[in-house]
Amino acid sequence: MVLLVGIYYPEGYMETWDAVIVGGGLAGLRAAIALRGLKVAVLSRVHPLRSHSVAAQGGINAALKNMPEGADDSVEKHTYDTVKGSDFLADQIAAATLCEQAPRTVYEMEHWGTPFSRLDDGRIAQRPFGGTAVPRTCYAADRTGHHLLQTLYAQVRKYDIAVFEEFVVLRLVQADGRVHGVVGIDLAAGSIVEFAARSVLFATGGYGRVFRDSTNALINTGSGIAIAYRAGVPIKDLEFVQFHPTTLFGTNILITEGARGEGGHLKNAAGERFMSEYAPKLMELAPRDIVARAITTEINAGRGLPGGYVQLDLRHLGHDRIHEHLPGIWEIANDFAHVDACETALPVLPGQHYSMGGIDVDIEGHSAVRGFFACGECACISVHGANRLGGNSLLETLVFGRLTGQAMSRFLAERHQDIDYAAVAGAKAQVIDGIDQLAGGTLNAAMIRDRMRDILSDDVGIFREEKSLISARDRIRQLAEDALQVKTDSSALRLNGGLVTALELPMMLDLAMIICEGALARTESRGSHFRTDYPSRDDQRWLQHTVATFGADGPRLEYHDVDLSRYEPKEREY
Amino acid sequence: MTESLIHVLRSDEKDNAEPAFVSFAVPHENDMTLLAALLWIQDNLDGTLAVRYSCRGAVCGSCAMVINGDIGLACRAHMRDLPVEVFVEPLPNLPIHKDLVVDMTRFWDSWARVRPYLIRLDEAPEKETLQTPAQRDRIEQFINCMLCACCYSACPLQRRNPEYMGPAALAALARFENDSRDRRGGDSLKEASHDSGIWGCRAVFRCIDACPRSVRPADGIAQLRTRALKDLLGRKKR
Repeated sequence: MVLLVGIYYPEGYMETWDAVIVGGGLAGLRAAIALRGLKVAVLSRVHPLRSHSVAAQGGINAALKNMPEGADDSVEKHTYDTVKGSDFLADQIAAATLCEQAPRTVYEMEHWGTPFSRLDDGRIAQRPFGGTAVPRTCYAADRTGHHLLQTLYAQVRKYDIAVFEEFVVLRLVQADGRVHGVVGIDLAAGSIVEFAARSVLFATGGYGRVFRDSTNALINTGSGIAIAYRAGVPIKDLEFVQFHPTTLFGTNILITEGARGEGGHLKNAAGERFMSEYAPKLMELAPRDIVARAITTEINAGRGLPGGYVQLDLRHLGHDRIHEHLPGIWEIANDFAHVDACETALPVLPGQHYSMGGIDVDIEGHSAVRGFFACGECACISVHGANRLGGNSLLETLVFGRLTGQAMSRFLAERHQDIDYAAVAGAKAQVIDGIDQLAGGTLNAAMIRDRMRDILSDDVGIFREEKSLISARDRIRQLAEDALQVKTDSSALRLNGGLVTALELPMMLDLAMIICEGALARTESRGSHFRTDYPSRDDQRWLQHTVATFGADGPRLEYHDVDLSRYEPKEREY
Repeated sequence: MTESLIHVLRSDEKDNAEPAFVSFAVPHENDMTLLAALLWIQDNLDGTLAVRYSCRGAVCGSCAMVINGDIGLACRAHMRDLPVEVFVEPLPNLPIHKDLVVDMTRFWDSWARVRPYLIRLDEAPEKETLQTPAQRDRIEQFINCMLCACCYSACPLQRRNPEYMGPAALAALARFENDSRDRRGGDSLKEASHDSGIWGCRAVFRCIDACPRSVRPADGIAQLRTRALKDLLGRKKR
């Protein structure tokens, strides 16, 4: 911040930024590094090292061919696995870009210091992951996200990039189809702050906490996607919600796919490896949507254990392998299920994990609003289509963080973006009004939020059908009306968590509504979206992206073509 | 259903009132964590209760605090393992913003000062830099640090000398000094070779007890001292 003594700033003066990045996880930080040298600010609702990227466990995919079993791996195979895993809803050139950029991305992180696990000859070790037969997933024990995030954040400190921590963005300023900045709360300062900016990037993560049973960090409210939606930005494929097959019974804390990649077995109450019934070739390493449905089917058929879970058995891997390759899993099981993974099988069941859909952007992160970009989990290019493969999300954050940052840099160089300062000031005034209005309410925001979570987990989950989807939508609509009557204990801005909950509630309900409407409209089953009343994939009608835009009576849905330029859609077999 | 009484030491740097314990009754069942209990208070009793959180699974390092006198992560403390009355205080050795939220600027700056990234003198290779499992083992315990500041808050030397770089930052320096890929030479070590750096530790080992990740910062500090002495005596390094 430049403050020179003697210079008079007129009232309403706004500092202007070249680029404002909202989100301090892997995608946001990687974009910031690509934009270094410009006047760039990262706004993060938590300290960057507390971002949800830190919780990623299993690894990052790249066809490095380091393992003997992966000697004939290739970018082409990685691309095809990704497209097939997506149930052919991924845009194929985008998926190819993801996979082409993978090796250099992993090497770059290694060069910056990420302590990847190694082979005896010193090269990066790789493990098998779901949806492919080759070991392609590079990892740092089972704390890959932690190590990548610390590596990137250290680079951000090295380059002295401005980071505003504990800053909750509430509004994207859009006028005349262009972006002009953002407005939010600086929690520690306790003030509403505007950022006038020539370009804005959202890297705000997923919306997992719209669901009750989620692996996601508590901060993953999806607010970024909802803020973009309210600013008129189209939102794509939100009904495709990934349910991770193995989350810890009771808390839904993630148990990495790497546990199965290392050789862990899924067993029902009878001790049978039931995946042989569902995916005889890949067994436990079938794509996540298939394994999650298999587990739920076992539990629903009464073949689970009392309380409703199955077992993830690691015992045969032995003490050394568990502690060397899966130390974090051992700790999580110990801390949160009070189980020693070397002695006892882990109790697991599926839970919400990842948002395939998000802000509709192209391969360079451009949205429909000029100067507004998105990357990472909050964005949908789409590289994951209807189902993401494990190990591809860390990859996406870094690849498209860099590519989007570079695209923003070109955008800023190519055109002069006039900022409508009055629009920024107007947005700030609206935010302040919105907070003032909460003083007159009567209802508890957390209670409404929890009801919404129950509805989504119970009725918009792994198995969906028309009747319960209609009921879910109607109840969400009612909750959205209730949300207008929410109260807060205090409208103080300083570190007031209750206020943030109240402000984010309508955003979460917006997303819940888009998910419900998209799921209800899509009368087929594809990837993670499974309709018991329409159990097959319907390429004739539904090989299309759902695109939702804000409307006063709810989301307006349109459908856009999928890029099928490389591969012919086929039925998935595993 | 049981009920616990949670006493939270509340204060705000913006007003001058002395910190005081405020008590909240929290009903719980099914293995609720302390963090969940604090957020239940925020949702149902007092929305202004300030507490940091993110992952709720003991991997992000947000929710370090003092729990019945011990420093630890609130998300890892289970109500059923705690007494019926729980006293919760903000981390020591750091200024308080509000309630359980402390100002960690000093902690982060200390970490950044050791240059916690790989320094190489040559151009990076086309592929990965080779590192054998044995070479990686030398950094293994330090890389697991999640920078939660439990050690920083537990250290009595930190309390005595706020300028002390602290266990986490020095462990980070040890991690890069020990990394076979790093070529920082002795400069970073020299910059930390003073009474507020590697010679500030008095081997009380509270950092080791406080770490939720089984990192042993004091081991790293000892290694750095040995290396600094060897450098001083002009003996061949490494």
